[in-house]
Amino acid sequence: MPKTMFEKIWEAHEVRENLLYIDLHLVHEVTSPQAFEGLRMTGRKLRRPDKTVATADHNVPTDGTPAAAMIKDALSRKQVETLEQNAADFGVPVYSLGSETQGIVHVIGPELGLTQPGMTIVCGDSHTSTHGAFGALAFGIGTSEVEHVMATQTLVQNKPKTMRINYHGKLGEGVTSKDLILATIGKLSTSGMTGYVVEYAGEAIENLTMEQRMTVCNMTIEGGGKAGMIAPDETTFEYMRGKPGVPEDFEAAVGRWKKLPTDEGATFDSEINIDATRISPMVTWGTTPGMVIQVTDTVPDPEKMDSPADKEAAERALQYMGLEAGTPMEEIRPERVFIGSCTNSRISDLREAAGAIKGRKVADSVRAMVVPGSALVKAQAEDEGLDEIFREAGFEWRGAGCSMCLGMNPDILIEGERCASTSNRNFEGRQGKGGRTHLVSPTMATAAAIEGHFVDIRNWS
Amino acid sequence: MESISTIEGEVAVLDRSDVDTDQIIPKQFLKRVERTGYGEFLFYDWVRDGEIELEPHPILVSGRNFGSGSSREHAVWALHQFGFQAVIAPSFSDIFYSNSTKNGFLPVVLDDEDCQKIVEAGQAKIDLESQTVSWDGGEASFEIDSEIKRRLLGGLDDIALTLQSEDEIEAFEAGPGGTYGPVTTSL
Repeated sequence: MPKTMFEKIWEAHEVRENLLYIDLHLVHEVTSPQAFEGLRMTGRKLRRPDKTVATADHNVPTDGTPAAAMIKDALSRKQVETLEQNAADFGVPVYSLGSETQGIVHVIGPELGLTQPGMTIVCGDSHTSTHGAFGALAFGIGTSEVEHVMATQTLVQNKPKTMRINYHGKLGEGVTSKDLILATIGKLSTSGMTGYVVEYAGEAIENLTMEQRMTVCNMTIEGGGKAGMIAPDETTFEYMRGKPGVPEDFEAAVGRWKKLPTDEGATFDSEINIDATRISPMVTWGTTPGMVIQVTDTVPDPEKMDSPADKEAAERALQYMGLEAGTPMEEIRPERVFIGSCTNSRISDLREAAGAIKGRKVADSVRAMVVPGSALVKAQAEDEGLDEIFREAGFEWRGAGCSMCLGMNPDILIEGERCASTSNRNFEGRQGKGGRTHLVSPTMATAAAIEGHFVDIRNWS
Repeated sequence: MESISTIEGEVAVLDRSDVDTDQIIPKQFLKRVERTGYGEFLFYDWVRDGEIELEPHPILVSGRNFGSGSSREHAVWALHQFGFQAVIAPSFSDIFYSNSTKNGFLPVVLDDEDCQKIVEAGQAKIDLESQTVSWDGGEASFEIDSEIKRRLLGGLDDIALTLQSEDEIEAFEAGPGGTYGPVTTSL
C-alpha cells in the first residue's frame, strides 16, 4: 500500500503502538532545567547522551559576552550555568556561550549535520518543526516530555493526522519562502493545521534551497501544525554532504533517504492547493501570524469582518499595534529592524539581506540589527565580508542567539516601538512589553530599514 | 501527578481567542529553573495593565486556539498554580493540550455555544469518568483519548509506565532502528 513520508518514518520508529523512538533530542537552557531536576529526584539516568545535544540560545546576550559566568543578568546567568552543569552531570555534549558551535538550537542541528532525513527529532521548543525541511519528523514538546525523552529515549504519542499542501507554479521575483509560509498561515488561520503533520510539496517547494525550506517548516507551528515536512532530494543531500555529523558512508545513506518521499497514490487526511504564482511579499498587521496581508494592501477594517470573534480580535490588535484601518502598509514606519531568529538567521538569509543594501544607508529614524543564528554563521558571514556591508550601512552586527525574537535577553523593544522583524511571532509583548512586531522576509526588513517604511520589494530599485 | 475525577465550582472567563502562551506566562518568568512559583505571574502584562481580572476559580473558560505559540510548559504550571484545575475552550494548540495532561490539568474541548452557556451559568461540574460537563440547565459531553483519560484518572506517571516497557525499548535499540541518526558525543 502506498505510504506517506510521515507514515514511513512513524512506522520505523514505533517501539510499540503509540510509543515512538526518538533519534535526536535537542536541549536548550529554558525548558530543560526542571527535566534534569526530575531525573535527579527520581534517581533516573539520561538514557542516551549520545542522541542528545545541548546549546544555550534563548538567554544569551548578543553583545560578545564570551562565557556564561560573565552574563550580567543574574537569572539568565544562572539558567545558562545550570545547563552547563546539567550537561556535565549527565554526559550530554553542550555548545554553550563561547563555543565555536554555539547558536540557536534549530540552526546548529542542521549545520552540524545532526539533522538528517528519516529521523525523529524533538526539542522543548515549538520551532523544532524547522528540522522537517530535511524529511525528518520533528516537533516541539513540553518539559514533562523532555524529561520523558531523557529517561526513556521515547515519547508516548497518538498518531497525528496528515495534510499535504501543494504549491502550484513558481514564486514570483522578490517573493521568498517567508512570504509563502506567511501567506499560507493567512489563508488557513493560526489553527488551520492543528492536529496535523503537514507535508509541503509542489514546484515552488522543490525550487527552494534547504535554508528556505527550513523557513517554511519553521513556521508550521504558527499555523498550529504539529510538524512540517519536505521530501528530501538532491538539494537536501548536497546541503548535507561534508557536514560533521552525517553518516560515514554518505552514499549508502542517500540510497536509504531516497526511499522516504511519499509514494504515488498515498492518501492524506487533508489536501490543500495553493497557487504559488499569486503569492506576494507579505507583512503582518496584527498580533497573530494569521493577521497578515500583502505589502500592497491596506490595514484591514474590523467592521468588514464576518465573525464577531474576528472583529473583536482585529479591533484589539489594531489598538495594540497603534494602527488605523485603511492605512496603506507601505506607509507604516518601523523604528526598529531585526534580522535574525530560527526562522531567518542562516547564511543565505544574511546574504540576501546584505545583497539588497547596494551601498545604501539605514534611515536616520531606524535602529537596525543583524543577529546571526549561530557562531558558525557569524564566522562564515565575516569571512564573506557581510558584516562590513551591514556595518557600513548602519546595521548593528551582533553575536549569535535568539536575540530579539523573544526578548529573554537584553535585545528587546521598548513600549510602543514598532519593529520590522524576520522572526516568527508578532504576539503582544513578544519582543518586549508594548512592542509592535511586523513579520517580514529578510529582504523586506532590509528595505524597511533603508527607506524607513515598508516597501514592495518587487518595485524597489 | 495528582489524579482527577471531578472538577466543580465557579468559572472564570477570559473571553478572547488565540490566547498564546506568551500572554499566559511572559518570557521574563521563564528564567527560573524551578517548577513552582509561577501562579502569581499568570497573564502578568494583561493583569498589570488592568485589561483583565481573574479569580482563581476551579474552571477557566476561554476562546478558540487556547495556548497557541511557544511550547513552554510554564504556561500550564502558571494556570494550575494560580488555582485553575481545568480550562474549557472550543480548541487548543496541540502542545499546550499535551502539556496540560502531563500535569493533572484538564483541557476540555466544547463548542462555542456550550462555552457560552457555561459562562452564563457561572458554574459547572466536569466529570472526567463520564466525559461530561454539566451546568445549571444543561449538559454536554466531551472527547478525550482513552489512554490520556486513564492516566489522568489514576494520576499515573508517564515515565514510570514507559519504563515498564524497558525490554521493548532495548529490543528496538538492538535492531536497525537503534542505529539511526548521528552520534552526538562523537562530534
